[in-house]
Amino acid sequence: MPMAASEIERLIKASIPDAEVTIRDLAGDGDHYAARVVSGSFEGLNRIKQHQAVYAALGGRVGGELHALQLETAVPQSENSK
Amino acid sequence: MTDANSRIADLVKSNDVVLFMKGTALFPQCGFSSRAVAILDRLGATYETVDVLQDPEIRNGIKEYSDWPTIPQLYVKGEFVGGSDIMMEMFESGELKQMLGAEA
Repeated sequence: MPMAASEIERLIKASIPDAEVTIRDLAGDGDHYAARVVSGSFEGLNRIKQHQAVYAALGGRVGGELHALQLETAVPQSENSK
Repeated sequence: MTDANSRIADLVKSNDVVLFMKGTALFPQCGFSSRAVAILDRLGATYETVDVLQDPEIRNGIKEYSDWPTIPQLYVKGEFVGGSDIMMEMFESGELKQMLGAEA
């Protein structure tokens, strides 16, 4: 069953409150999305842990109900970051 | 340790670079797996692939092994590196080349 982009965003923000979430529906079918998630909570986490945090927020839907989610994660840019 | 787990552990330990994917390197059965293969080929990497579509036990087991819900999954020197999105980021930043180059 397809998932709405707004629902994906809601779930991510429910568990990562400071997340800036940008979602694109790649195929227009409500089933293939690309998401970019930027959050200060990712600071100090490697990419795997950052992605796992997003997958956890989506509560097991990725790979099942949500077939294809291209994911990009980042820490907010600041003066201190490289 | 379950049987699937020990089989996966054997695979990642006995191959320096191993990609768990849907289909084969020649005939990937999913766009994400295809992208992962393309990245490894572009880097001229020597790698083994495991077709999870041929092996339901591994297909389910690999997701628990790495706590990662999707396939493909790349392992280098026994360590989980990531799925195709992370591979692409690391390809673009040169990190993946460095990681694989160090294997040669």
